[in-house]
Amino acid sequence: MQKIYPNAENALEGLLFDGMTIAAGGFGLCGIPERLIDAIQASGVKDLTIASNNAGIDNEGLGKLLRTRQVKKMISSYVGENKEFERQFLAGELEVEFCPQGTLAERMRAGGAGIPGFYTKTGYGTQIAEGKEVKEFDGEPYILERGIRADLSIAKGWKADESGNLMFRKTARNFNQPAATSGKVCVAEVEEIVPVGSLDPDCIHLPSIYVNRLILGAPYDKKIEFRTVREREAA
Amino acid sequence: MATQVEAKGWTRNDMAARAAKELQDGFYVNLGIGIPTLVANHVPPGMTVTLQSENGMLGIGPFPFAGEEDPDLINAGKQTISELPQSSYFDSATSFAMIRGGHIDLAVLGGMEVSEKGDLANWMVPGKMIKGMGGAMDLVAGVKKIIVVMEHVSKNGDPKFIPECTLPLTGKNVVDMIITDLAVFQRPDHDSQFKLIELAPGVTREEVREKTTAGYAE
Repeated sequence: MQKIYPNAENALEGLLFDGMTIAAGGFGLCGIPERLIDAIQASGVKDLTIASNNAGIDNEGLGKLLRTRQVKKMISSYVGENKEFERQFLAGELEVEFCPQGTLAERMRAGGAGIPGFYTKTGYGTQIAEGKEVKEFDGEPYILERGIRADLSIAKGWKADESGNLMFRKTARNFNQPAATSGKVCVAEVEEIVPVGSLDPDCIHLPSIYVNRLILGAPYDKKIEFRTVREREAA
Repeated sequence: MATQVEAKGWTRNDMAARAAKELQDGFYVNLGIGIPTLVANHVPPGMTVTLQSENGMLGIGPFPFAGEEDPDLINAGKQTISELPQSSYFDSATSFAMIRGGHIDLAVLGGMEVSEKGDLANWMVPGKMIKGMGGAMDLVAGVKKIIVVMEHVSKNGDPKFIPECTLPLTGKNVVDMIITDLAVFQRPDHDSQFKLIELAPGVTREEVREKTTAGYAE
C-alpha cells in the first residue's frame, strides 16, 4: 500500500467534488496545509463547505479559496483579519456558521471517533444554542452539538514515516490532529518523510491509520501573522 | 473635569496588576487578548503560574528575541512567543478538554458588557462585522474562575456593568469578578449578587454608583 504521492494534485485525485465538505487543520496561518490548499484552488472545485478554525487572511491560506469564490460556507470560530472574507460575508455571498473554538475541535474529534453528537455547556444561553436541544445533567444545562464527518480532511504535519505515522511540531499541531480524524479520507502534507522505523512509536501524534495519502510539501512559506519580539538586555 | 478624571482611577496596567493579585501558586491560567495579556507581567516573584494558550500549549514563554521567531510557535493572538523548559504542546481538542473540563483555574478576559447576573457579552456588536467568538464561549463555560477586565464605561460614557446585557452573550451567569478602571466587584458563587469590594485611588462610592446601572451590594 503506497501512501506517498508525488505532489498535492496527484494526492487529491478522485477525492474532490463540488459541494463537498472539507475539514482543514491550522490555526491562523500556523500549521496550514499550504500545498493542498493550492491544489484545491487549482482544481477549480467549488461550493465547498470548509470546517476550519479560521479562514486564512487575504490571499493566504484558505483566503486563496475565498478569493476564487470556491467556498460556499465556512464553519469557523474566528474570521478576523480577512478583508475579502468580510466583503463576501457582508454581501451575502458567503455563508458562515460561527462555532466556538472548543466546540469545533470536539465536533471534528467526535465525528472522527464515531460520535454523532455530544452535550456541552459551551454556548448555553447564547445565540449559538438557538434551535439546539438542551438537556440537564446533574442540574446543569448542556446543549447538543453534532460531530463533523467531512468528505475530506487536509492536514499539515512536521515529519511522517513512509507508513503515514505523523508528528507535529509545537503549536502547529492545533486543529490538524482533530481535522485529520474527521474526514472519510485524509490527505496529509509534511516537511519531511523518513523511513519506517526512524520515528519513536511512543512519539507518534497521529497514527498512520488516519493518514490515507501523504505528500512531501516542503519547502514551506510559513508566514507569520504577528511578529512580536523582545529586546535583548544589554550585557 | 477631564483632567480630574485622568488623575484618578486605574490605568490598563494597574487593572492587570489588580487581576494578578488573584493568582495563586500552582495556578493554570488562560489570559485573553488586550489588558488580560498584561497580567503575565505582574506574576509575583517566586510564584509558579502556568499560562495556557488555547491553540495548544501550556507554559507560554516571553516573546522571542529578534531573529528567533518560529512560525510554528504562536499564542492564541497569533503572536510569536517562546517556550519554557516545562512547556507542553497538544492539539485543539485536548486544549479545550482542559478548558471545558474545569482543569484551568482562572481565565482573565476582556468585556463589552457584564450584567448584574454575571452574563458576559464580548464577542459581537450587531451591525458590525462579526469576527467570531474564538475560544471565549468555551473559556467562560469551563474555567473555574472568570475575571472580566474592562473600562467602567464605554467610549460614549455608557455604563458597561448593567442590569441586562444588550449585546449577544458569550456566556450566561459565568462572571465571578469584574475589574474596571474604577472599582472591583466580586461574588462568592453564581447564585449571589456582586459586591463592590475595592475602589481605585481617588474614586468614590458615589462615582461608581453614578456610572453603574447594575444592581450590586456595597
